[in-house]
Amino acid sequence: MLTNYIKIAWKVLLRHPFYTFITLFGITLTLTVLMVVTSFLDHLFGAHYPETNRDRSLYIATIIQTDSANTTMSSGPASFDFLKKYAKTLKTAERVAVMNNFGFSNAYVNGKRIKLNTKYTDVEFWSVTDFDFLEGKPYDETNLRNADHVAVITDALRDQYFGKDTETVVGKTIDIENINYRVIGVVKGSPPTRVYTYSDVYFPYTAPKSNYEEKGMRGRFVAIVLARKPADIPAVQAEFDSHVARIPRSDYGDNRYNILIVKADTYFDHFLNTFTRSEKDRVTFYAIVGLVLLMIMGLPAVNLVNVNVSRILERASEIGVRKAFGAPSKALLWQFIIENIFITFIGGSFALLLTLIVIHFINASGWIAYADLTINLPVFLTSILVCLVFGLLSGVLPAFRMSRLKIAEALKV
Amino acid sequence: MVHGLSSMVKKQKRTTYQHAMIKLQNVEKVYRTSSIETLALNNINLDVKKGEFVSIMGPSGCGKSTLLNIIGLLDAPSKGHIEIDGSPVERYTDKHLAELRNRKLGFIFQSFHLINDLSVIDNVEIPLLYRNSSAKQRRDAAQEALEKVGLSNRMKHFPKQLSGGQKQRVAIARAIVGNPEIILADEPTGNLDSAMGNEILGILQKLNSNGTTIVMVTHDEAMAKKTDRLIRLFDGVQVS
Repeated sequence: MLTNYIKIAWKVLLRHPFYTFITLFGITLTLTVLMVVTSFLDHLFGAHYPETNRDRSLYIATIIQTDSANTTMSSGPASFDFLKKYAKTLKTAERVAVMNNFGFSNAYVNGKRIKLNTKYTDVEFWSVTDFDFLEGKPYDETNLRNADHVAVITDALRDQYFGKDTETVVGKTIDIENINYRVIGVVKGSPPTRVYTYSDVYFPYTAPKSNYEEKGMRGRFVAIVLARKPADIPAVQAEFDSHVARIPRSDYGDNRYNILIVKADTYFDHFLNTFTRSEKDRVTFYAIVGLVLLMIMGLPAVNLVNVNVSRILERASEIGVRKAFGAPSKALLWQFIIENIFITFIGGSFALLLTLIVIHFINASGWIAYADLTINLPVFLTSILVCLVFGLLSGVLPAFRMSRLKIAEALKV
Repeated sequence: MVHGLSSMVKKQKRTTYQHAMIKLQNVEKVYRTSSIETLALNNINLDVKKGEFVSIMGPSGCGKSTLLNIIGLLDAPSKGHIEIDGSPVERYTDKHLAELRNRKLGFIFQSFHLINDLSVIDNVEIPLLYRNSSAKQRRDAAQEALEKVGLSNRMKHFPKQLSGGQKQRVAIARAIVGNPEIILADEPTGNLDSAMGNEILGILQKLNSNGTTIVMVTHDEAMAKKTDRLIRLFDGVQVS
């Protein structure tokens, strides 16, 4: 039966090459946009270099302080001290890394300024993340204890500061804001879209200007908590919540605030929480995203529906014959849906090729440094799902109308 | 030659018919638009016995095709009662009607209604697609049906590569592939020359001699006379 349907779908495609071109062009373009968006979302939220452990990582990035009437609110990153007390002590976690949000600095080479992003981290940072060391190694506890002026730099900064022809830079010094740091390692850089791992230079948190000794709850640091396995995430979250619940009111600092909200969230939840504070906000957010996706898919789908519906008459005789010989409306409904999905998948195959080309250009263009957009299995499966949804969206209505045609009338055509 | 064959076949045919295969009581069909109401069939009462070969004649627009569509469950009457092989069909759902058409009825149309995008054998297989038969069973049955109409050498051809007579023979193969007990033919020879028309009639007579009940709409008096019974319609009314 399926072969019969696909044979017909193929023949219908060949019947009018121009119509087929227009249809496939529309489908391909729509699906390419959706596939590139999917790949970009995967780039943002998926587990990629150097945060390859995102599936078992929790992010403690924001402390929110408010009052019970919700009239005033203050939020921002935590202090090193806070994370040391309440995150570093988590027993259910495998490791906890603390780092600050990247800052801005300058370095000068031959009188020319290089704008830099800098980050202060602990030693665990290099275990929680999966940085690829092209040269040297990360700093260790001894470097931290001694407050050594050492730095790990990215390959891009190495090339910019020391020149591309330099054989090795480990052991050389780099002058940042008039302080000389010894380069201890060179890593392949992280894209700026991964804000907690992205930087040009990484210093031990005991290096100058890190402000890690600031007291109080708020500061400039965030933590990545690595669970032993993804299934342990709820236990780690529960333990962190219990730590937070035990914080005495006197530690809250400002008297105006009597409510403290600080969560260990998965990366995606953490991202969502920057826009949404309540379940209601979340529903609104999902509704807006859903609407945007529906618009992206819906408008071309509606167009395809129109084209398909207008071609019903061309297939009327076939519908009449099939019904006369015993096809129930449901079978015809499925036939046309399957045909539409088949066509969508042909468009999807072209879209996949086009997406590969587009993401190759995005990755190579340098718009996002170290961009690593890709079509991996989740992106591929999502793309298949998108094709299916698009096929259904554009196929159901014409299929329904076709299947409802009256036999005697269909055979008159 | 074909004519001689059909006469011989007719002589061999059983003359005693069994129960009513098709039963129509007080059937009426009205077509309504916003401004006009047309009575296409008026109080039709008809019994077609099992194994009978009935032809329907009448001038254009008298309701012949409408009657055939109603018998074939392709259209619903506005009023009246229909039984197919003893089953009243009024309360049948779309699914049940489809199943009844698939199992009991086979159709032959004047304009063949073959699907041009499918090969001859794929066209013939269509009724079997809606049964639980395997691809091999479908292929075997379709080959057998095409052999019966003398077209086993054209299985891979497409309808556009066939003559009118060949197309109608494919349509007959499609109508008989599921071994239906009733064949409804709407002017099956209308688009064919007389020699080809006689050949098609010969095939139908042979099917009828094997027990298939046939109802045929025709304009051709000579053809109609070769069937067991002739029903005449005029302005939607059965006149004989």
